[in-house]
Amino acid sequence: MPLQLPAAFQPYFWPTIFILIIILVFPLVAGYIVLLERKVMADIQVRLGPMRVGPHGLLQPIADAVKLLIKEDIIPANADKWVFWLAPVISVTAAFVSFSVIPFSDKFYITDVNIGLLFITAVSSVGILGIILGGWSSNSHYPLLGALRSAAQLVSYEVALGFALIGGLMVASTLSMQGIVKAQLDAGMWFVFYQPVACFIYVVAALAETNRAPFDMPEAESEIVAGYHTEYSGFRFSLYFLAEYSNIVVVSAIAVTLFFGGWLRPFPNVQALDFLRYTPIIAMIVLAGLSFMGAGRESRPPEKIGMAGLGIVCLMLAGLFAMPAVLTWIQGLFWFSLKVALCIYGFIWVRFTFPRYRYDQLMNIGWHWLIPLAIANVIVTGIVMVLKGS
Amino acid sequence: MNVLPGFFFYLLSAIILGGAILTITRRNAVHSAIWLIVTLLGVAGIYLNQHAEFLAAVQVLVYIGGIMVLFLFVIMLVNLDEAAKQRQFNHQWTIAVGCALALMAELAYFIVKGRESFRFGDTGTGTLNPDAAVIEFLKSCRDIPGLGPGGFLQPNTELIACALYRDYLLPFEIASVLLLVAIVGAVVMAKKEI
Repeated sequence: MPLQLPAAFQPYFWPTIFILIIILVFPLVAGYIVLLERKVMADIQVRLGPMRVGPHGLLQPIADAVKLLIKEDIIPANADKWVFWLAPVISVTAAFVSFSVIPFSDKFYITDVNIGLLFITAVSSVGILGIILGGWSSNSHYPLLGALRSAAQLVSYEVALGFALIGGLMVASTLSMQGIVKAQLDAGMWFVFYQPVACFIYVVAALAETNRAPFDMPEAESEIVAGYHTEYSGFRFSLYFLAEYSNIVVVSAIAVTLFFGGWLRPFPNVQALDFLRYTPIIAMIVLAGLSFMGAGRESRPPEKIGMAGLGIVCLMLAGLFAMPAVLTWIQGLFWFSLKVALCIYGFIWVRFTFPRYRYDQLMNIGWHWLIPLAIANVIVTGIVMVLKGS
Repeated sequence: MNVLPGFFFYLLSAIILGGAILTITRRNAVHSAIWLIVTLLGVAGIYLNQHAEFLAAVQVLVYIGGIMVLFLFVIMLVNLDEAAKQRQFNHQWTIAVGCALALMAELAYFIVKGRESFRFGDTGTGTLNPDAAVIEFLKSCRDIPGLGPGGFLQPNTELIACALYRDYLLPFEIASVLLLVAIVGAVVMAKKEI
C-alpha cells in the first residue's frame, strides 16, 4: 500500500474504500437491474422494451433517475410527517447495511464476522419496519392494507427462510460468509447438491421476503393500487425502489454464497479446468463483439457511435483483465457477479411466468407446506449427519 | 487503556434510557413502538460491545424483526385517535410517587456504593478464553479456523451452543416446552372451534 496510515487506522482503510464503492456504484447497478427486468419482461411478452434513450435503451436508468429526482415531493394531508420521512430511510439503510458482510470475492468484501449470515437475516428483518411504517404513516387506506399484508406475509415466510438457512448451515457448520464459501471449497461440492430441498425453500421464501411476484401481495397493483408506497413520490419513492432492488441482490447473494459456491469458479478443485480462469477475458471479448455487431445494425449515427464506444470499453476491459495480477483479483468478483446475475434473471423469469397468488393461498403455502417441509429437512439433515458421524 | 468500549457503553445506555422514556411518554402508540425499537437496538449494541455477537443478532432478529413487527401489526388494527383522547394517567399517583421515591433512594444508594465502577474501564480485548475442556470438545466437533487465544474469529455461536445443548440441556428443553404450552393456550383461546 503506497499510503502510510497510522497503525490504528490500517485495518479500516480497505473496508472504507469498499463501502464508498458500494454506496456510490450500487444505485447505478439497481437502475440497470430495473432495465434488465424491463428488457426480460419485454422479451417474454414478445416486445422490444425501452428502445428510445440511448442504443437499446441503455441510458434509460439514468433518465429514470433524473425524472424521479426532479419530481414534486408530495406528503399527504394529515400524514404523520416524521414517520413518513423515516420509513424509506429505514428500508434503504437496512438494505445497504446487509452489503457489509456479503463476500463479493476472496479479496473484495467489507468485513467477515462470525455471525455473518445471522447478521444479514437480522438486518433485513429490520427493513420490514420501513414498509409497515410507510404504509401506516401515509394516512390512506391502500397503503395501510399493503402494510398489513406485508407484515403478515414477511413474518410468516421469515420462519421458513430461517429453517431453510439452518439446513444449509448444518452442512457448512459456520455462520461466517467467507467460511461458508471455504467449506464448499473443502467439500469440493456446492451445497445445493447436499441441500436441494433447503435451496428450493430458500428461493420460494426469498421471493416472498422481497415482495416479488408471485408473492407481491403488499403492492398488488390490480387490488390495492401500489400497496405501501402508493402515497410516495419522487425521491422517497426512489428510496423504496432502491431498497427493494438492494434486497433482491442481497437474497441472491445469500443464495449464491450458501448454495452455489459463492465466488468459487465451477469445479474449483479440478486442475484440468484451470483454463476457466480466463473466462472474464473471453466474456469481455464476446461482449465487445456483440456491441460492434449492434453498432453495425444501428441506423442513427449517435447510437452507432454509442454502441461502438461500448465495444471499445469492453475491449479495453478485456486488455486490463489480461494482466495476471488484475485477472487474479477480478476472478472471484467475476464468478460471484455472474452467479448473482443469473439468480436475478431467475427471479425476473418467475415474475413473468407465475400469476399472483390469492392471499389465503399465500398463507396456506407458507404455513402448511413450506414450514413443515423446512423443519423436516432440518431433522433429516441432522439424522444423516449423525449417522455419517461428521 | 482503551476508553472506546467504556464510551460506547455510556452512549448506548443513554440511547436505551432515552428511548425507554420516550416510549412511555409518547401519546401516539406507533411513535411509542418506534422508540421501543430504538431501545431494543441499543440493547443489541450493548451485547455487541460485550462481544456477544450471536446474542446481538438474535436480539435484533427476534425482538425487532418478530415481536415489534407484530406489535405494529396490532397497533394498526386499533383505532388510534380514540386511544389518544383517553386519559393516560390514573388517580393512584400518590402511591406511584411513593414507589418511585423508594426506588430512587435505592438506586442512589447503589450508585454511591458502586461509584468505583463508573470510570471508563477496559472491558477486555474481546478474546474469549474458553476453558480447555470446551476447546477440546469444539475441536472434536470440527476444525474451527482461528479458534483459541489470538484467533481472529471468536467461536461465540459455538460456545452458546455448548452451553445450551450440553451444559443446560434440561432447562433449555423445559423452557421450550413452556413456550409451546403458551402457544397452544393462545390458539385455544383465540379459536372458537378447533
